[in-house]
Amino acid sequence: MNLDFSDDQKYLQEEARKFFEKEGGLGNARNVMDQSQDADHELWNKIVELGWTAIRVPEAYEGLGLGHLELCVVAEELGRSLAPVPFASSVYFFTEALIKYASEDTKKELLPKLVTGEVVGTYGIAEDSHQATEANIQVNASADKLNGTKIAVPDAGMASHMIVVAKSSQGIELRLVDLQDSSIIVTPQKNIDTSKSFYKVEFNNTPSTLLGQSGEGWNYIQHLLDQAAVLFAFEQVGGSQAALDMAKAYSLERFAFGRQIGSYQAIKHKLADMYIAITLAKSNCYYGAWALSSESSELSLAAATARVSATKAFQLCSKENIQTHGGNGFTWEYDCHLFYKRSKVLSVLLGSEATWKEKLVQNLEKTNTLVKE
Amino acid sequence: MDFNDTPEQAKFRATCREWLEANAQLKADKVHMNVESSLENHLKTAKEWQQKKYDAGWAMLHWPKEFGGIEASPIERIIWGQEEAKFNVPGGIFEIGLGMCGPVMMQYSTEEQKNRYLAPMAQGKEIWCQLFSEPAAGSDVAGLRSKAEKDGDDWIINGQKVWTSGAHYSDFGILVVRHDPDLAKHKGLTFFFVDMKSPGITVKPIKQITGQSGSGSGFNEVYFDDVRIPDSQRLGEIGDGWKVAITTLMNERLAVGDARGADIEEALTLSKTKDDAGETLIKNDAVRERLADWFCDANGLKYTKFRTISALSKGEAPGPEASITKIVSANKLQSIGNFGIDSGDMAGMLIDDDSGMSSFQGAWLGAPGLRIAGGTDEILRNVIAERVLGLPQDPRADKGLAFKDIPTKA
Repeated sequence: MNLDFSDDQKYLQEEARKFFEKEGGLGNARNVMDQSQDADHELWNKIVELGWTAIRVPEAYEGLGLGHLELCVVAEELGRSLAPVPFASSVYFFTEALIKYASEDTKKELLPKLVTGEVVGTYGIAEDSHQATEANIQVNASADKLNGTKIAVPDAGMASHMIVVAKSSQGIELRLVDLQDSSIIVTPQKNIDTSKSFYKVEFNNTPSTLLGQSGEGWNYIQHLLDQAAVLFAFEQVGGSQAALDMAKAYSLERFAFGRQIGSYQAIKHKLADMYIAITLAKSNCYYGAWALSSESSELSLAAATARVSATKAFQLCSKENIQTHGGNGFTWEYDCHLFYKRSKVLSVLLGSEATWKEKLVQNLEKTNTLVKE
Repeated sequence: MDFNDTPEQAKFRATCREWLEANAQLKADKVHMNVESSLENHLKTAKEWQQKKYDAGWAMLHWPKEFGGIEASPIERIIWGQEEAKFNVPGGIFEIGLGMCGPVMMQYSTEEQKNRYLAPMAQGKEIWCQLFSEPAAGSDVAGLRSKAEKDGDDWIINGQKVWTSGAHYSDFGILVVRHDPDLAKHKGLTFFFVDMKSPGITVKPIKQITGQSGSGSGFNEVYFDDVRIPDSQRLGEIGDGWKVAITTLMNERLAVGDARGADIEEALTLSKTKDDAGETLIKNDAVRERLADWFCDANGLKYTKFRTISALSKGEAPGPEASITKIVSANKLQSIGNFGIDSGDMAGMLIDDDSGMSSFQGAWLGAPGLRIAGGTDEILRNVIAERVLGLPQDPRADKGLAFKDIPTKA
């Protein structure tokens, strides 16, 4: 039994944590918010220099050719520091889509540039305020042309390329587009977490390239979502732990009625519940990491479990961190709101908690063996 | 990342398995509720199984070699436990003795006493119990008030213990009592072991909310009326009772694990098979949401345990994550029990062995006890907050006071 990361992976995580601390920690997310930027470009460039965008890119395309476990440990640290960079869009999603479904020519063209940072990728799924389904996708692919509008597209201002879920006469397809094409209109959309940026992306007879098989796009996107859900869950666990650490530090320094507020059971039990939620989420993440890295048929169940568990943990920890801080927690000055906002954005970014619970139960309906040991 | 044994562990598991297959029967299926046999029969088969294990060297794996153990590593104990659990063998009788009383006797008793008591304990010939909790000392167990007064070479014990598992069939017990109420709470305690057949000891089984009493490892009240214990049966110095008790309680916290009973599997099976107004329960959105929540908890606990085992497997000290196990599993048990009963609508309350309801009713009736035994939900949250997160203790109203001056009633 070895449900743990290797020493090398733990070392990478340690290095990642030190890196984000040295580069300003939560200050980066705050700067992006206060200065209305789309992301921290300087931080992103340093991440590219460290080689993290190369982690999953095979060596044949000038990458490092490492597994998903290396991404998991980096994700936890991105989450802990709320790093305002397009890592999730470009690495968890776009890069994985190319590795898995792109033609040899596309891989040769784009993967080396993802390594060097010349290419930054993102993805578009949602079109309105309904859960995207195989039936309601409206963006249309006909021959090589795309028409229609995606919303809530992360990082599209910074991205050079995008994967689009579209429908064609063959069914759902994944299409790759170059965002520099003049037919595309990219408009920023306001959102509740301004340390992240989201966009409306309109396609008008935009040239596009089919990824993989036509008609298989819905299966592809589900698989990509499952993979990304595990990595997002690690980010959520990292954020949860940071929120708990912050609540704990404050409960030790703040006095009320002549004693540290952390000596009151009302606060202690609140923090203990946060610890319990994080521990469950983290263990579910390890299960997800195992399923992801071993390409297990349990990935869909494991991803949904990690995702739901981590979403619950981050929402609990971020709201109770504010509560522990009292009035200070509601000010712009204190960092509590950074976690609160990020937890909400992460909880809907890949589809809502309800969507993932439904996915979890659909998996349970299919399986007969469960928590057996 | 994998779930495989190392070659050494696989070899140890195969050795366990081979002996178990030769000496016991595999469980046909997962059994949650022990079929009630008479207490005498249960004790007889449990003692025979223990003796068999002792003869083959499996009785107390972790004990030192000088007392007949094999000094098994924690991971080997887990492997043995996993394999033994797959077989239909009696349990629940010797855990307190081998897990708590044995180690305390090894550490504090004389050579002569070790030679006299440890082997029969391991062979299952003598059963031991633990006498700590009192009617007025539960979570605050150091507030116990059973008295020990010195009389020549003996001590005279008066008072009452409660929640003593197995006292009604135990031969010996370990006991903490107060020898000096003028000292502060933790300072005035002394630790002994006692022959449960001593004159003056009365054991009364407690009837629990399940309606059970004295069956299996049921709970008891134990009364001490002028019970005489020789000073030679004192463990540790006079006044060291709390220190000795803490060592024992640490072992209890390790021993108290999952709340066993109806779990996500049973909830899922019920949801897939039981119908309500012509549709299976699993089609109901409210049910689906609860299944997702229970699965996240059950799966989270399973892999938390795997993380602990992984650390032990590498010879590392496990992190504090196992501290969440009981609090999460006991509450999940209560919630699933409740769901099962509700699923029967008006018939959910009826006791009928054929209805498939009994495991849910059992879970619902038993769960309140599991949320209390071995540390209440509240005490466990304090433990997590103080020992894991490092938050300060609550201020204590009894700090620095002599025990006799501590407020007890308004």
